[in-house]
Parts: sequence; C-alpha cells; structure tokens
Amino acid sequence: MSAANTLPTSWRERLFGTPTVTVVTLLLAALLAWIAVPIIRWALIDATWSGQTRNDCTGSGACWVFIKARFGQFMYGFYPVDERWRPNLAGILFALSGAAIILAPKRLKLSLGLAALVILPPLGIWLLAGGFGLRAIETREWGGLMLTVFLSIYASLIAIPLGILLALGRQSELKVIKLISVLFIEFWRGVPIIAVIFLASLLLPLIMPSGIGVDRLARAVIGLGFCIAAYMAEAVRGGLQALPKGQREAGTALGLSYWKATWFIILPQALRISLPAITNEFIALVKNTTLVLVVSILDLLGIAQASLADPNWVGMNMEAYVFSGALYWLICFALSRWSKSLETKRGR
Amino acid sequence: MKTITLAAALFAAGTLAASAQQLAPSPTLDAIKARGHLECGVHLGLPGFSFANDKGEWTGLDVDYCRALAAAVLGDATKVKYTPTSVQQRWPILQSGQVDVLSRNSTITFSRNATLGLNFQGINFYEGQTFIVRKKANVKSAEELDGASVCVAAGSTEEKNAADWFRERNLKVTITNFQKNDDAITAYDSGRCDAYTAGVGALAGQRAKLKVPDDHVILTKPISNDPQGPVTRYGDERWQLIVRWVLNGTIAAEMLGVTSKNVDEMKASSKNTEVRRLLGAEGGFGAMMGLPDDWMYKAIKQVGNYGESYERTVGMGSPLKLERGQNQLWTKGGLLFTPPFQ
Repeated sequence: MSAANTLPTSWRERLFGTPTVTVVTLLLAALLAWIAVPIIRWALIDATWSGQTRNDCTGSGACWVFIKARFGQFMYGFYPVDERWRPNLAGILFALSGAAIILAPKRLKLSLGLAALVILPPLGIWLLAGGFGLRAIETREWGGLMLTVFLSIYASLIAIPLGILLALGRQSELKVIKLISVLFIEFWRGVPIIAVIFLASLLLPLIMPSGIGVDRLARAVIGLGFCIAAYMAEAVRGGLQALPKGQREAGTALGLSYWKATWFIILPQALRISLPAITNEFIALVKNTTLVLVVSILDLLGIAQASLADPNWVGMNMEAYVFSGALYWLICFALSRWSKSLETKRGR
Repeated sequence: MKTITLAAALFAAGTLAASAQQLAPSPTLDAIKARGHLECGVHLGLPGFSFANDKGEWTGLDVDYCRALAAAVLGDATKVKYTPTSVQQRWPILQSGQVDVLSRNSTITFSRNATLGLNFQGINFYEGQTFIVRKKANVKSAEELDGASVCVAAGSTEEKNAADWFRERNLKVTITNFQKNDDAITAYDSGRCDAYTAGVGALAGQRAKLKVPDDHVILTKPISNDPQGPVTRYGDERWQLIVRWVLNGTIAAEMLGVTSKNVDEMKASSKNTEVRRLLGAEGGFGAMMGLPDDWMYKAIKQVGNYGESYERTVGMGSPLKLERGQNQLWTKGGLLFTPPFQ
C-alpha cells in the first residue's frame, strides 16, 4: 500500500510527471507502435474480409476469406453439417448448468452440482456420438474447437476427482493406499504426455485381443486425464498441507468420520487454497490437448494444420495459426479471469 | 457313355478344386464386405495427394486410389472411411489392422519392405528430388545448373543429396543454407538463388505459394528415386492381389484409352481383348479374385483412369499444375508401367 501512496494519482502525472518519465513513456510508446502497427495493418487494415476463393485475396494483409470458408471445419471438424446443432446444444447445456450452479442459492449449490456431474457427461456423449434415436457419428468425424473443448472437459472430469483422491491417498495413514497413490502420481508425472498419448493410441491396439477396440478418442481422453490427474494431485496436496493439523483433529474430536471431516472441513479449505494451482493445471490441460495431433486426432490446431494442405488455399499458414492461437488465448484468458473471480469471492 | 460322365465329373471336380485353390480365404476382404466400407490410411494433409477440401471431403491422388479400390471391391467409390495418419503412426496403424490399406505417400524401400512386415503393392507416384528454376533461365535439366546457386534448408536430406549429386558430376554449384525450408523458398522467390530443391510433390505445393507461380518451372528429371504406392500387411495374399491389380487396372485403363467418359462404350463395343478383360466383358477376371467381374469397370466409371486422377489432383486440372514427368506412361517417356491383363 505504501508504494501506491507515493504514486501520483492522475495518469498525466504518472506518464509525463518528470522529464525522465516522459522520455521513458515516449520510448515505450514508440516501441509499442513499432510492433503493433504492422500487426494491425496486416490483421485489419490491409486484410481481405469478403470473397470466396484465394484469388479474392489481393491485398498484402491477412486473407480472412480462408477462415470464413473453413469456419465450419475449424469449429466442428468433419462433423456432419446438419447434425451440428448437437454439439451446440451440448455446449449450451454445459454452460447453462455451470451458470445455474454459480447463481443458485448456497444450500442448493452442492446438490445441483452433483446432479449436473451425474447427468451432464453421459448426456454430452450421447448428444455428440449419437445412438439411441440420434444418428451415430464416429469420433473420427469430430474435430476443431468442439473437440478441443470436449477433450478439456472430459479429461478434467477424470483428472479432478482422481487428483483429489490421489492427493488424499498420498496423505493417508494406510500404507497400501499411500504406496499406490505415490506410484500412480510419480509414474504419470514422470512420463511425457505425448508419449502417453502415443502409446495409448498405438500400443493398445497391438496388445489388445482383436475385436476389442477402445475408441481412439477415448484412449486419448483417458491418457490425458491420467496425466493431468497426477499434476492435479500435487496441486491439491499443496492445499492439504497448508491446512493446520488442528482442523482435522477438531473434526475428529466432534465425532466426524474420516470422510465427513474430509468432505465438510478439509476439502473446502484445501481446494480454496489450491484453486490457483488447479486453474493453472486446467489451462495447461487445454493447451496440452493439442498433443493429440501426433495420433492424427484433428483438434483445433490439427484442423488448422490439415487445412493448410488444400492446394486451393496454399500459403495461408499465418491466418490459420493466428486464428487458432487467438482462440486458444481467449479460452485460457477467460478461464484465468473466471478463476480469479472465484478466488476473490471465496477469499472474502 | 459312362466314361464320358466320369470324365465330366472328374473335370468338374478338377475345376472346382482349381477355383477353390485360386480363391484363398481373404479375411480382409470378408471384413470389408461385412462392414460395408473400406478403411484407408491417408496423409494428414499433403497438397494434391491427400487433404480435406472446404466441404470436408478427402481428395487427392492417394485418396483417389482408395476410392478406386472401394469401387472395385464394394461397387461404390464413396464407401471409404479415411484415417489420417501422421508420420509416426502410419506403420503401426496398418500393422495393428486399423486400416485395410495405406495410401499415404510413403517411399518404398528395401529395409521397410523387409523389416516392417509390410508389402508395397506397386507405384502410384514416382517421387524424387528435383529443382525449381525460373522459366526465363531456360534450364531443362539439373546438369545445366553449373555455376548456379541453390537455396536449401541446412542439414536436410535434400542438402546432402544435392551436394553429393553436383560433386559427383564436377558441377560448380553454390549451395546457400537457410535455417528452415520456408526461409529457403522465400529467399529463392526474392531472387537470392537460381534454384530451390525438394521432392517433386512438395515443390508443386510450394510453387503455388510463390508470388508469380507461372514464372517458375519444376525440372521433370529428378536426382533421387523415391517411388511411392499403396501398402498392405504381410499375409492375406488375395487382398494383396486385389490392392495390386486395382492400381495396375487404373494404369492399364489409361494405356488402353479407357476413361470414365467412354467406359460404357468401350465395354459394349471394344474389339480389344485386354480392354474386354479389364472391364469384365470377357475372361471372368474379377471372379478369379473373388470380386464381381465389373470391378475395374466400376472403378474407372466412378474415379477414372490413372491419368484422369493425376490431372484432376496434381496435374493441369489442379492448382498445382504438375507435369506428368516420370509419372507418364512408359510408352510416352515416363516410368508408369503395368503388367498385362492376360
């Protein structure tokens, strides 16, 4: 606080208060302009926005026509066009129930959350994959942003509960459970995610008895989920260790069982402490989903890369990477803002 | 009378045995028929050879082969499902049976054939390292590059190949190294070198990125030999036979002048026995492999012969505008060859 007090209050004084400050401000502004102007010119001013083919892009700037023509693929991969309402609906359902849980009165939050956790994941898979009345759509037709979101959500559905259990297991006084947890965490933390995805995709079909096939995407989700679970476990352990021992002892003294004490006393506090670390892992997970490219699952980045091979759009590398990069940034930035607002709310 | 019936019976038994012997079991073919589609492994994205277009349909020269195979086996070129494969997973995905055939721009080499448990079933593209030069330089072959400068990516196979090739021939060529392929091609485009080197297929894609693609020409005679074609697993000889002869059939069709447009007419009225055998008008060739006799008729009708595929995907009918070069029929100065349909 003391530093803030010495700072002048008005922006004019802050930026141009003394000659030195003025020079630094001007230099920085020049540097910013030097970097930003060509980027803005390329991306906005000189860019081509309307047209149908590559020939419409005559300017020296970006050719956003390419993104327009490929927008459907960037969002849904090869998902059939007339079935695209299904991922949309699934996305809306997930978003709505998320909002409902946040806005619900406190006493309903937990039951609502648990209900969503039980109902939504299978419902989402049913909507996306079909069957039971809907047209079945194989996972190889999934792709783009939809697949990135799917991978992130479902891998974290595995990773978060498993991570919490592993963190508790690592603290457990039961030797076997502790050993299993430590082994699991150290194994999955020690293996590169890319190797896990690769092995899950290539080795499993070779060693599995023929006829039993686990879906390629499911294998990738499980592999990703296990890896992230190990990281999550360590993030949660940080929270658990930060709690004073007295918390659990008080719970026990009140006659609460291990699980009741964990559920009502330990976890709410530990998770609050480790929320920044968990968010960090989740953001890492979103970006790690791009690794599925090595097994030719076409997520947002994969589809961007694959679309560069179309000779009708050859040379659109910048546009494809800038667009997908911007989307990843938006997702990760939104996540970090959301976690920040959670922290401030919980930190009251 | 009795002897004649006996002889007839013996003859019948003989032919039965013979046909049973010819039709060895083919689990792959049975599986394809049962599931109703062909599983084809393709490249994740290679201009002209295998890529998804704006509508999400796979197209390209390698993809066309899959379509022809599906037309021959199932009677419908659209009954293919594609598994895009990365460099690392292409062999395992075929070895583990996730695809029936791999048509993925992979070079045929001795060691791959001998050690991977895979067989290469012919050549659908003669790839090889070559040079792109400016049209106005009027260079027709790599030998004429004496005194020129060539842009390459440092440490690449292409750099080594080119350096060796020029040294062997005592040609004085300056090789200018760049960090990345993209840098090298940009340098070539801006006039820093007289030539840039890469494989024919890659050059075709890169030429389209140049400022004025029409000002540049790709030398047709390559300095390396990297033939590519469809790949199958060891075992299931009848399936390998089908994979091989569908490719041969598309080449034979071009040889014999059968196209997707005249195939009906040719089938009905051609006097050429090889055409008639190819299209199933006589000979029963399809049945010998356990396919309908009109297998190649369907493939050519729906996909076209090799030349039609080539022009549509990488040739003059495509943005790549690649000349036939080595991928021309052997009768027209290329290397493309098929054994006869006899």
